Amino acid sequence: MAKSQSASLERKKLLADPILCTTIVLLVVFLTVFILYPLAILLVDSFVSDNGITTDIFKRVMGLSNFRRAITNTLKVGFLVGIISTLIGLLFAYVEVYVKLRTRFIEGLFKLVSMLPVVSPPFVLSLSMIMLFGKAGIITRFLLKIYDNSVYGFWGIAIVQTLTFFPVCYMMLKGLLKNIDPSLEEAARDMGASRLKVFMTVTFPLILPGLGNAFLVTFIESIADFANPMIIGGSYDTLATTIYLQITGAYDKQGAAAMAVVLLGITLLMFMVQKYYLEAKSTATLSGKASRERMLITDKSVTVPLTIACSALAIFVIVMYICVPFGALFKTWGYDFHLTTKWFEQVFVRYKGLKTFKDSFVLSLISAPITALLSMIISYLVVKRKFKAKGFIEAVSMLAMAVPGTVLGIGYIRGFAGGIFGTGILQSLYGTGAILVIVFVVRSLPTGTRSGISALRQIDKSIEESAYDMGADSFRVFMTVTLPLIKDSFLSGFITSFVRSITAISAIILLVTPSYLLITVQINEFAEKGSYGIACAFATILIMITYGSVLIMNLLMKYFGTSKKVKFDE
Amino acid sequence: MAKEKKGVRLEHISKIYKDPKSGKDFYAVQDTNLEIEPGSFVTLLGPSGCGKTTTLRMIAGFESPDEGEIYLGGEPINALTPNKRDTAMVFQSYALLPHYNIFDNVAYGLKLRKMDPEVIKSKVADILALVGLEGMENRMTNQLSGGQQQRVALARALVIEPGVLLFDEPLSNLDAKLRVSMRTEIRRIQQEAGITAVYVTHDQSEAMAISDKVIIMNKGIVEQVATPHEAYYYPKNEFVADFIGEANFIEATVVAQDMVQVDGVNLKCTTGTLSTGSCCDIVLRPEGAFLADEGDLSGLVEYSCFMGAYQDYHVRVGHNLVKIQEYNPKNKKIYNVGDKVFLNFEENTLYAL
Ligand SMILES: Nc1ncnc2c1ncn2[C@@H]1O[C@H](COP(=O)(O)OP(=O)(O)OP(=O)(O)O)[C@@H](O)[C@H]1O
Ligand SMILES: [Mg+2]
Repeated sequence: MAKSQSASLERKKLLADPILCTTIVLLVVFLTVFILYPLAILLVDSFVSDNGITTDIFKRVMGLSNFRRAITNTLKVGFLVGIISTLIGLLFAYVEVYVKLRTRFIEGLFKLVSMLPVVSPPFVLSLSMIMLFGKAGIITRFLLKIYDNSVYGFWGIAIVQTLTFFPVCYMMLKGLLKNIDPSLEEAARDMGASRLKVFMTVTFPLILPGLGNAFLVTFIESIADFANPMIIGGSYDTLATTIYLQITGAYDKQGAAAMAVVLLGITLLMFMVQKYYLEAKSTATLSGKASRERMLITDKSVTVPLTIACSALAIFVIVMYICVPFGALFKTWGYDFHLTTKWFEQVFVRYKGLKTFKDSFVLSLISAPITALLSMIISYLVVKRKFKAKGFIEAVSMLAMAVPGTVLGIGYIRGFAGGIFGTGILQSLYGTGAILVIVFVVRSLPTGTRSGISALRQIDKSIEESAYDMGADSFRVFMTVTLPLIKDSFLSGFITSFVRSITAISAIILLVTPSYLLITVQINEFAEKGSYGIACAFATILIMITYGSVLIMNLLMKYFGTSKKVKFDE
Repeated sequence: MAKEKKGVRLEHISKIYKDPKSGKDFYAVQDTNLEIEPGSFVTLLGPSGCGKTTTLRMIAGFESPDEGEIYLGGEPINALTPNKRDTAMVFQSYALLPHYNIFDNVAYGLKLRKMDPEVIKSKVADILALVGLEGMENRMTNQLSGGQQQRVALARALVIEPGVLLFDEPLSNLDAKLRVSMRTEIRRIQQEAGITAVYVTHDQSEAMAISDKVIIMNKGIVEQVATPHEAYYYPKNEFVADFIGEANFIEATVVAQDMVQVDGVNLKCTTGTLSTGSCCDIVLRPEGAFLADEGDLSGLVEYSCFMGAYQDYHVRVGHNLVKIQEYNPKNKKIYNVGDKVFLNFEENTLYAL
């Protein structure tokens, strides 16, 4: 049996659709040049020297004691943060799904916590951690009268990362718990099992793959995190910061490349496990919606302690965020609590605040629609069309999720500073705003694509086929059918990408030139110098921008989104 | 209404798929030859998984054949994309565009053809009148019942005046009553529009009711192409006989042209090309025989049940079990289990395979 005829016919049909063809070609080129190539060049860099293929470079960096220490440091932090975040996430998810929350106030707290990871710039918690518990920390110095407390180092990073990442676990696990059919647990309760027993024997085994999934996602986030270790790590270096210092401090580009390969190897491995092993499993065991409402736990001996624990933690996190604007309003944090606007004034008068915000804002605003559109196009192609390069496009855009920003940054430096393969092609891109936009796009593409794909999977294939059948070409089908049907996903992709871009730092800090001032880079700089007032002033405005964007998104969704529930029957 | 009725011809069409479980290639459709006359209504009929949808989707252009060529109105269309083919499909799930109202749904294809807005308006109004939805232009699709949505889907396909109209089980989401009235409706509209139609269903009564011709498929192979009448009375093989209506198969021997022997009894039976002396199965429809105290073939009643419209019998004849339905049993003698009876055959009802 030969399938050659259908293959050649499919090819002909594809070629008869020039817009589709061009789009596919452009996408493949884009993904190759801006995701695969920079990673490939890191491999080349770290394996090839003047006298051929060699492992010398690896031997050399592995010989560096600070690098070896960075590896163990990173893994230690990753494991701890992964486990604790998953547990706290589970606690929150369990309380929300199983326990009757008594007041609107507590419900509001939960909602706020779930929103934080979306709006929060990466290092805000590090800043407030220092301001609350550091040498001049309000809590340590003024409440506890401890004058030499150090928040820098392992515990600082671990606490801050946990507080940053647990909401993500909470949201993931909440989805899982909601899908568990209550009758499974009720059956066990009926047979006389205690609540703890039911949890341990029924619920826990059901969500075990989901817990693994949450752990790995957090683990990857943690070891890829650059901003927090940078600010609160002190001398406790992680892989991301070591790589950064290797290139900015020691100017050792090859060494940095080899280190980046190590970091990439770890995240890729974890990503593969997560994607191909756990993700499938954690949804397969829990397919389908809950058949009916769950009986919420009202037993006070259970609800009160759980609610108190969650609320306390939530309030603590929220206080940490609130601490940031106050940091920008006090004269000298920790010493002089008179209100002042001098930090904000300095931001705008001395430190080119306006230009900083304009640059960050404009670059992010340019990249947001590109990312949103690109991810919708990729989702459409992946879900609705069949063609040869489809697997490639899907794999590479998902792969970008596993690439730490620092690694991507080094890849871009090595890959584009001298043009592609040192030939000078695309060299003019280097150091421009365009390359920053491209990095923003690449960094946000996986999330957008993932949301687009899941939105499109819910739409009956024949809806687009019917438009195609009535005479619309792929471009028209996409514009008149696909896009309108997933405009919610497009809108949220737009805002998410904007927020992610304006709060990004890890890749961008390596690529930005003095002609562009970016908020995050400024915050990092001032925080490192110890100018917390100015860092806080920058951060406050940043939080306001991101929070405002999310509010706008919700408004847009309300008025332009698919508010009427459309039924797509399979 | 159609500009031009077009015929469809499939020449040696095959489609190969990979079985996702075993990873082996198999023929979903194999070496299919079909000639569909312009203006006719043909039905692809067969059990689930026999390749009906695949065949239809190859005509529409969503799938490409691995062997053979498809012609539409005499033109080969293998390399054309669906949007370039003069076909329009009515989907099982209706596939209406949920973000458009009825007018925009129906006008979608016309707008793509860059027609004048006034012309579009009148065409849409005409076609909505034809399918019985006049005045519903401004409703959204989710404000319609299933039957109405199906009508919109039909109107949307008709309005672009395609050479061929394709239906993939369009009625299977509707309740039984509505299915019956909609199929008459579809037939009426097809004839009024004078359009070629290819219709997929696995419901044989639906196929019988609306088709000029039925194409009976099994495991990717076309078993017979015939009018409903032919397929019922002169099935080509056991599969067709069994699939279209109910059938008894009685073992027999051909003793002469149009004469067979069962249990030593000679019966008149269409033998066609079967040679004298060969073994055969005779096909007997349950309503093709009646029971009496004397007659052609003797047997023993093993089951007898009043079904309202008919009395249902199972009669043992030699080692064959024959199912008989006697209609209008009120005025007839009812036999009970254990009774000895004789089967009597209506004129011209036996057909030998
Ligand atoms: N994309 C595909 N990949 C692999 N196998 C397929 C694919 N599409 C259909 N098949 C297989 O081809 C065979 C024919 O499928 P088809 O959809 O044409 O059946 P059908 O006659 O329409 O059945 P039904 O009445 O259930 O709709 C089936 O065995 C089906 O599993
Ligand atoms: Mg089918």
